[in-house]
Amino acid sequence: MSMKTSSEKFKVRVKNQIQDSFMRGAVASAQETIQGRKQTVTDELGNWEEWRNHGEEIRKHVLENLDYYLYVLSENVAKRGGHVFFAKTAEEAGQYITDIAKKNQAKKVVKAKSMVTEEISLNEKLEAIGCEVIETDLGEYILQLDDHDPPSHIVVPALHKNKEQIRDVFAEKLDYKNTEKPEELALFARQTLRQDYLTADLGITGCNFAVAETGSITLVTNEGNADLVAALPKTQVVVMGMERIVPTFEEMEVLVGMLTRSAVGQKLTSYITTLTGPRDEGDVDGPEEFHLVIVDNGRSNILGTEFQSALQCIRCAACINVCPVYRHVGGHSYGSIYPGPIGVVLTPLLGGYDDYKELPYASTLCSACTDACPVKIPLHELILKHRQVIVEKEGKAPFSEKILMKTIGMGTSSPTLYKMASKMAPALTKPLSTDDHITKGVGLLKEWTDIRDLPAPNKERFRDWFKNRPKGGKE
Amino acid sequence: MKVTLFATCLVDMFKSDVGKATVELLERLGCEIDFPESQVCCGQPTYNSGYVEEAKPAMKQMIDTFQHAEYVVSPSGSCAYMFHEYQHIFKDDPVYGPKAQELAAKTYELTEFIVDVLKIEDVGATFPGKVTYHTSCHMTRLLGVREAPITLLKNVKGLEYIELPGKENCCGFGGTFSVKMGQISEQMVNEKVQHVEETGADYLIGADASCLMNIGGRITRQGKPIKVMHIAEVLNSRA
Repeated sequence: MSMKTSSEKFKVRVKNQIQDSFMRGAVASAQETIQGRKQTVTDELGNWEEWRNHGEEIRKHVLENLDYYLYVLSENVAKRGGHVFFAKTAEEAGQYITDIAKKNQAKKVVKAKSMVTEEISLNEKLEAIGCEVIETDLGEYILQLDDHDPPSHIVVPALHKNKEQIRDVFAEKLDYKNTEKPEELALFARQTLRQDYLTADLGITGCNFAVAETGSITLVTNEGNADLVAALPKTQVVVMGMERIVPTFEEMEVLVGMLTRSAVGQKLTSYITTLTGPRDEGDVDGPEEFHLVIVDNGRSNILGTEFQSALQCIRCAACINVCPVYRHVGGHSYGSIYPGPIGVVLTPLLGGYDDYKELPYASTLCSACTDACPVKIPLHELILKHRQVIVEKEGKAPFSEKILMKTIGMGTSSPTLYKMASKMAPALTKPLSTDDHITKGVGLLKEWTDIRDLPAPNKERFRDWFKNRPKGGKE
Repeated sequence: MKVTLFATCLVDMFKSDVGKATVELLERLGCEIDFPESQVCCGQPTYNSGYVEEAKPAMKQMIDTFQHAEYVVSPSGSCAYMFHEYQHIFKDDPVYGPKAQELAAKTYELTEFIVDVLKIEDVGATFPGKVTYHTSCHMTRLLGVREAPITLLKNVKGLEYIELPGKENCCGFGGTFSVKMGQISEQMVNEKVQHVEETGADYLIGADASCLMNIGGRITRQGKPIKVMHIAEVLNSRA
């Protein structure tokens, strides 16, 4: 997988996804369940707004001092015997990791869930040199088996699949013979994967938070798969986005609790593991060789811009879990491994406007995302900033829209023009009106009236009524 | 108390009854209303489409138009919010920055004004019927007005209030989103209408003409028997 998940046009993707009634039911029900749970656990915690302020403060502080914390982190990883590699691009990261695989003659690679490895197309690169790569997060495992179906959510990647579909994938690819009961499916995957952990040569994980002061890596899962990936193979590679740092364990504790609460409405997930470097003398498990790959891949270009706050993201998907657009179009409509509001913001920044120019318009600016974000990224404002960039700097807005907007801009800044136009409106729209409604518009009006009626303009504008009423208009 | 009415272009052109009800209601509550004729549109359609520079002349026009006002009151949470947003848009403008701050400090959405400034929770209205209420996104999340409309509705005689399921979900209007992303907007408004139907209410009430035009337009298109009204019209109803 790379960041781009589809070569179809945005409107085609949306159209197809809207017709997927199972996906839409699953998304709606997941949104409601997670929202309800999140409400319960944040109420229990209390003072959620103060926690959010604290979370924002931590993330802002790290971004403002990112060079310093990257230095401290890498020094501390090295002190514990780990190797650190700064990858400027996806290619550099892929090259470094495939070199490790070659050097260790790795045949089998087990992976824990990691969005950044999807972003840099790591699986494809490892497969190209002959490695067998196995995703061990159950959701990712299902998608990988299903001919690399793209993830549709950053925390719950196989949200769009139901248990019958999963049973069929297992039956087709792994000769599974049991029913679609989730317990049976999970047990089967668990048994199959257990063998893979034991025979893997290389383990690759992502990183929820890297703790600068100790050079530790924190992994958050409910399945415990990341622990096995990190502990069993001889060589471990951790891949992290360059911004995913906390200064000390104190901040890690704050953010982990906010992450699990926001992501799935849990106080804590079943497994939260912190690992520091390779196995020490006397340790019973852990890798003999430890590599930390810190990926830039466009992130440093965001630093210092009006979009910097997007890097505060801790990948909890709280914004996705409340987004009314995501609710109806699902993750695949976005054409990026990062869907929903954070995807709308991040994808064009990392992947450019050419492929993703529609995304900033796939939002009503309802700001549910901004309200939900545990680290207070002003998501809807960043979406609006993208629109501004598209119009002003990229020049990618349609010509007809520019003319329309300039006309509206002019018409609404001049009371005389406005009054003239609003007075003419009833006469102009009369041919389109039935009773009090316009049901068949033309031009932009058509886009409206294809779906809904439009009230016909008032014969007497409010301002005329006010002026002419017996009481008289008072200026 | 002197109130300067910011009617909004939508009310002026499409929903004059909402403007009339707002005037009558506020007058009944003891306010003296003035309506500056030079008011146009708040600039939100252009601004939210990314045309910030194109939107600024309209915004300046509005800032100047309402400079004299003691209180600015609008029967629209979204447009009132836009007046609050001006202070951020003009934050680096030495002339309009301070003026925009003054405007934000005195601008209120109608129900917020009645409850928080006039300190009235029962406007003495009578409206027999089962109603549900759509909480508009900008009004609740950006302007922070959540309780005032519900407080006022619950004190209306004869009115039975039923909470809307998924009440804080956007209705799919989103300004130009409604036409630019029609296929998504349609799904969103369909779900909203379905939720309204589930309440069994006879009336859908809202405090933003724009959202009501979207939901109401879909309701009439589908031929549903639900009536759509602005909260000003309900609060202005008498026995």
